[in-house]
Amino acid sequence: MTTAVLQPALALPVRPVEKATAEPPWVRLLLIGLALAFLGIFLFVPLAAVFYEALRKGVGVYWQAVTEPDALAAVRLTLLAAAISVPLNLVFGVAAAWAIAKFEFRGKNLLITLIDLPFSVSPVIAGLIFVLVFGLQGWFGEWLSEHDLKIIFAVPGIVLATIFVTFPFVARELIPLMQAQGTEEEEAAVVLGASGWQTLWRVTLPNVKWGLLYGVILSNARAMGEFGAVSVVSGHIRGLTNTLPLHVEILYNEYQFAAAFATASLLALLALVTLVLKAWVERRFAD
Amino acid sequence: MSIEVKNVNRRFGNFAALDDVSLEVQTGELLALLGPSGSGKTTLLRVIAGLETVDSGQVLFHGEDATSQHVRDRRVGFVFQHYALFRHLSIFENVAFGLRVRPKANRPGEAEIRRKVMELLELVQLDWLADRYPHQLSGGQRQRIALARALAVEPRVLLLDEPFGALDAKVRKELRTWLRRLHDEMHITSVFVTHDQDEALEVSDRVVVMNEGRIQQIGTPQEVYDHPVNAFVYQFLGNVNLFHGRVDEGTALIGPAGLPVPAHGETTVGQAIAAYARPHDIELIRPRQGELGISARVEHLLAVGPIVRVDLRPDDSDAPIHAEIPRDQAARLALVAGDRVLVRPRQVRVFAA
Repeated sequence: MTTAVLQPALALPVRPVEKATAEPPWVRLLLIGLALAFLGIFLFVPLAAVFYEALRKGVGVYWQAVTEPDALAAVRLTLLAAAISVPLNLVFGVAAAWAIAKFEFRGKNLLITLIDLPFSVSPVIAGLIFVLVFGLQGWFGEWLSEHDLKIIFAVPGIVLATIFVTFPFVARELIPLMQAQGTEEEEAAVVLGASGWQTLWRVTLPNVKWGLLYGVILSNARAMGEFGAVSVVSGHIRGLTNTLPLHVEILYNEYQFAAAFATASLLALLALVTLVLKAWVERRFAD
Repeated sequence: MSIEVKNVNRRFGNFAALDDVSLEVQTGELLALLGPSGSGKTTLLRVIAGLETVDSGQVLFHGEDATSQHVRDRRVGFVFQHYALFRHLSIFENVAFGLRVRPKANRPGEAEIRRKVMELLELVQLDWLADRYPHQLSGGQRQRIALARALAVEPRVLLLDEPFGALDAKVRKELRTWLRRLHDEMHITSVFVTHDQDEALEVSDRVVVMNEGRIQQIGTPQEVYDHPVNAFVYQFLGNVNLFHGRVDEGTALIGPAGLPVPAHGETTVGQAIAAYARPHDIELIRPRQGELGISARVEHLLAVGPIVRVDLRPDDSDAPIHAEIPRDQAARLALVAGDRVLVRPRQVRVFAA
């Protein structure tokens, strides 16, 4: 015979269980409020101001400002600089990250430090370096002018400066990712008979594709928005060596506020597109 | 395909990972490289595969020198401890990889690849997972896919690096019987690395016991278990108790009391020895007048399945003694913690101290 012993259910007051890591409501409200206020003052207000000022004198003025020949030339130059520097950074970044993450060699730490250099050097100094090297009074100045080559105060200088300030982005994004993934999959590929090239295309790159895209987006945003380094090497020749950020500065200095803000709004739009892309890539990346 | 490793040396800085290692793997056998971590077993496997270079020495495949041959030309199948499946490829494409990267001239057609891959997936009993991705599979399934992928290129030898190391105990056991069966069907020369002595003894035809970059002993599981050549091999192949003493023809006199115990091992009479006894070779009796034994106190009892583990502390030493006795015997003795008993090894294996 068995006897069932029934335990009386304990009548505990029903109370939502608080998570151990949760803060009291007032703390949460305060922190969220502070964060929002900070974002509002430093991001939303300036962003709104750009579009407000750009359109204050009407759509006509806005349209005229962004379609006048000098503005279009600035857009073209900006796109050109990005179109050259981003693919170069892509190739360089992949090569550097591959070397650093997958191989052991002497001087590896030096290479990592060098890749970070553009982050730690002020962009103005970066521009100045190119002036000192390629400018008229610079190391190669004489030789360049003898052969009728112009780098400083011309398009090549702008491209060079842009490459310099953007080159850590792709490599920096890929190195930790590749290091975390290790070399086992590459070893597996080689054992299965894949060549080095096949291993790169079929294993290494597909594994880092989202990180790569992320690095490219960041690098592109910086390439289009760079001011300091480009400003030093550009010479500010309207319609020839002005990028979008430089064009904004010139217009502003000439008190053409509506036009300056209209051009600035193009850059702001670009930033927003970049952010959306970045958020999308980050979500795919996380999967 | 036979493999021969001749006088191979490999150093990493000051650390000798392989110290003059020579080994012959016979055609069609399943060989286990057994040793603790840092013993050089994985390095040896990678040297055979060509994933690691040697400082000196040779690796021969079927009598031909393969030392300078590139990994991709050696036609070996390698199974990694953490599977190393291509995470961005489906299971089907993972297995097909080795066929797809072949040079155009001898790359099979799409239909042939399909047939081959599905055949291999059926072999590892996972054909229903062809369209999944590695992260959707369990550890055991991943390892079987890794094996199918390695077999796809029709390797001359199969090398497995701690193939079951990352799996839980039950799956491990299932997979190792399965691997043994698979090997009996395919007869492909295979070498696998493990630090688990049960795994090595249970699965392999021959076991290579390694320590500190050197091979300690090579033999069938029975040989290495019953006739270990040195104290390391004996200790590594199971739990042991160590007694000190000296030796007298066929008998070891152990402990301060000089308890005589039947002994195996090559030592000279009168020599100081280290005598080892497995826990299941330890006999426990209640202290009685006239009985000899090492006097000890029961510290802890634990019944595990059909046996009872007894932890004992001898009166004259700090080194605990572990005994494993059958349940019925434990019941007869009616031991409780704190009891005094006499410990008597039934037999010991002696090595020079």
